[in-house]
Amino acid sequence: MQPDSPRVDMADGRLVLSGDLLIGTVADLSCDTDGAHGVDIEQVARMDTAGAWFVLDLAARMGDAPVSGASDVQTLLLDTVRDNMPTGAPDAEPRQTIADRFEGVGRKVHDGWRIAVEMTGFLGQVVATLASLVIHPRRLRLTSLVHHMQEVGLNAVPIVALMSFLIGIVLAFQGSSQLRQFGAEVFVVDLIAISILRELGILLTAIIVAGRSGSAFTAAIGSMKMREEVDAMRTLGLEPVQILVVPRVLALILTLPLLGFIADISGLVGGAIMSWIELGVSPSVFRSRLVADIDLWQFGVGIIKAPFFALIIGVIGCYEGLKVGGNAESLGRLTSTSVVVSIFLVIVADALFSVFFALVGV
Amino acid sequence: MADPQNNAGHDTDPIIRVRGLVKKFGKHTVHDGVDLDVRRGEIIGIVGGSGTGKSVLLHQIVGLLKPDAGRIEVFGQSVRDTSDDEYRALRRRWGVMFQDGALFSSLSVRQNVEAPMREQLDLPEDLRRTLAGIKVRMVGLQDSAQDKYPSDLSGGMRKRAGFARAIALDPEIVFLDEPTAGLDPIGAAAFDTLIGRLQAALGLTVFMVTHDLDSLHAICDRIAVLAEKKVLAVGTMADMLEVDHPWVREYFHGPRARAALAGGDKNEVR
Repeated sequence: MQPDSPRVDMADGRLVLSGDLLIGTVADLSCDTDGAHGVDIEQVARMDTAGAWFVLDLAARMGDAPVSGASDVQTLLLDTVRDNMPTGAPDAEPRQTIADRFEGVGRKVHDGWRIAVEMTGFLGQVVATLASLVIHPRRLRLTSLVHHMQEVGLNAVPIVALMSFLIGIVLAFQGSSQLRQFGAEVFVVDLIAISILRELGILLTAIIVAGRSGSAFTAAIGSMKMREEVDAMRTLGLEPVQILVVPRVLALILTLPLLGFIADISGLVGGAIMSWIELGVSPSVFRSRLVADIDLWQFGVGIIKAPFFALIIGVIGCYEGLKVGGNAESLGRLTSTSVVVSIFLVIVADALFSVFFALVGV
Repeated sequence: MADPQNNAGHDTDPIIRVRGLVKKFGKHTVHDGVDLDVRRGEIIGIVGGSGTGKSVLLHQIVGLLKPDAGRIEVFGQSVRDTSDDEYRALRRRWGVMFQDGALFSSLSVRQNVEAPMREQLDLPEDLRRTLAGIKVRMVGLQDSAQDKYPSDLSGGMRKRAGFARAIALDPEIVFLDEPTAGLDPIGAAAFDTLIGRLQAALGLTVFMVTHDLDSLHAICDRIAVLAEKKVLAVGTMADMLEVDHPWVREYFHGPRARAALAGGDKNEVR
């Protein structure tokens, strides 16, 4: 059914419309209303809502001129559309001015502050709930804890180990080419050990876990929030922080140091292998230099940070999840926010730790 | 592209013709030989118990699910064996309203209604806005709802907005999946009136999956009962009362049905 293109003719001071007045055809139709005082639609074959709007708009532009020749169905349609004409012209999209941009910046700063306060409050709530477990250990959901330890800990071992192994290889390779210029090849052991044990092992593990588990926390809790499961929990007298948040955060706190330890070991192994191939530093020389030069504190400094990073990742992942609203879009947005914010804060915390350890002289 | 001149049921060709439809999910057969004709300009209500595949039938007719066997024709054209272009053209001639509105959550109500116009037609922006505004008001939403996002709307408002999107292009057929489920009785009755009024004004054919006995009674011209994996009976409400099948009898003679029947009939102004 190819539509007949509509036409407008003038007869006896009336505009006579003919053809099909349909949504696809009225847009191209333009006509001069000068001197006309009526609209005749008797010859209109088909008319839809857009066509009816066109006829009414035409009549309105001529100062509420009468519309004649409508069939019963067309009258019904015209009446329906007339009843639902938007009042006034539709307002155009507001334009952005400089003032709006300033306002936007101010709003962001204000929101940032508010979120920081909220997040601190949530952190306090989580820590308080964690502490109350010492007094009421039976409130701990053990099954859930073990499940999450497997999810965030055991299942992350391969990726963490592989990543750290490769980082060890890269460090040894890059370090050896520089140190060879001074004939100080054997110091590659110190380079690898200090950078992996103090910083890289745990920092990169935290970043991987934030991307892997922090996002999973937000997505899981967020979709429960979307389907009102969290509200259902509250009505059953279950505390979401205790049921959903504490097992996840605790699982992270318990497993991140272990993952960090695995990362340290595999980083050192990677470094040792590369030193052997590239510099001929045999594994036994590597081991003896490691034991002689590196004291246990280098390892301690790295691993002490793990529980704090875990707390940051877990709390932010869960906090963003609980912020999810009714629509699917907010779930996606908050999941990515959760990863970005937790990685950012992990690095900030790492910097603060560096300053702290420098001050206490470790 | 409504065709108001042609909605009195003159043409004998059904607008939707389903023949020998078979649909299986794994080992579970949902439809086994479904036959159904929908006439131009009528409001047909599809009823059936939970899990009898009412929504599955709807999804197959609009081409979202592939039938395992059988033939579905809409406007005399098979839905499956068409080129992409023909299918696009076919889709322009119908509108679908999903159970919870299925509005695009990242768009405002007005943008949702504008979406089909934007995709299918090349309209000037202000005309599109005006037409979307008319559609939003036609389904009984306030002007202030236009710029709201789906997450800010109540369930009833979402359904209305979904209906506005379904009729955005003035389609010839509207498919409604449980339009009144979850609405309060006043809202449901208003929705029924709305569907009836728009059907008359736009010459729509309405294919409605529903459980609402009041809607069936108030606005449906015919009712099709899905049971035992096929269409068990098709006919008016009066015909349904005569059908001798345990489920149909239970459905149309139960206490809720009696209450609905006592309420008033199709031709009464509600």
